[in-house]
Amino acid sequence: MTFDAIIIYAAAAALFIGSAFVLVGVIGLLKFNDPMTRLHAPTKVGTIGIGMLLLASVLVSLAKGEPSMHEFLIMAFLFVTAPVSAHFIAKVCIHRQDCVAPPSPRADDTWSTLKSPDQETDNTTA
Amino acid sequence: MARAFRWLIPHPLLTLILAVVWILLQNQVSAGMVVFGIILGVLIPWGTSIWWPGTPQGVRIGKMLTYSVIVLWDIVVANIQVAWIVLTVPNAKLRPAWIVVPLTLKQPEAITMLAGTITLTPGTVSADLSDEGHSLLVHVLHTDNPDAVRDEINERYQRRLLEIFT
Repeated sequence: MTFDAIIIYAAAAALFIGSAFVLVGVIGLLKFNDPMTRLHAPTKVGTIGIGMLLLASVLVSLAKGEPSMHEFLIMAFLFVTAPVSAHFIAKVCIHRQDCVAPPSPRADDTWSTLKSPDQETDNTTA
Repeated sequence: MARAFRWLIPHPLLTLILAVVWILLQNQVSAGMVVFGIILGVLIPWGTSIWWPGTPQGVRIGKMLTYSVIVLWDIVVANIQVAWIVLTVPNAKLRPAWIVVPLTLKQPEAITMLAGTITLTPGTVSADLSDEGHSLLVHVLHTDNPDAVRDEINERYQRRLLEIFT
């Protein structure tokens, strides 16, 4: 009985922390005024915020006696897909020149987003 | 024998991951589901192997685990730092910066992992790769010293990834 109570309290704490981080992420999304800085808020929600909410779900399913593993899959898929979408939003920002222009790379000619296809005729990929 | 194995299972790691994902999706471990997961793990890489020309060579699983633990810890610490920045630093005082990280990594898988790590740790987002793949463009939310952030990424993540992907 006490074991169940401890798990339920831990789940409540995880829910609280998770929702607090989601709230901060939303505040950041509303507060910042530049697309690139705004992009930083969702990366935070996607990691700790969702992670804590899923942890609460795991704990509750443990307390009920039917452990669930789906949450770890959700976490894994989020960790794989979130950087890709952030990467594409950043590329669009650079391409539309909505942000401060990035410095040129030291080793190479230009960033791949800014490179136009007709600059080079041979398609040698690095 | 080795050639037959290679033909049947072109990507052993992918086979393992697919089987584990299938078992996790079922939410319970039973012999039938394990067998079906392994069948899927063989069939899917075999059917799609034309789009996976190369296999990452020499991945050190042990170092990968320590790396994951370090990244998870960094995500927690950086989350708190960024939450503090969001709540306390006003927009006018915010100092976002672009930084250019020179890449010593060569394999596409390693560069993908580095870019993903940088995006997952709050406060930094990887934005672009240079056309020849020798530098990575990273956006930092708030920093007074962009060079220090670059050195930290190099020291903390890139050096470890170099050891993982030999």
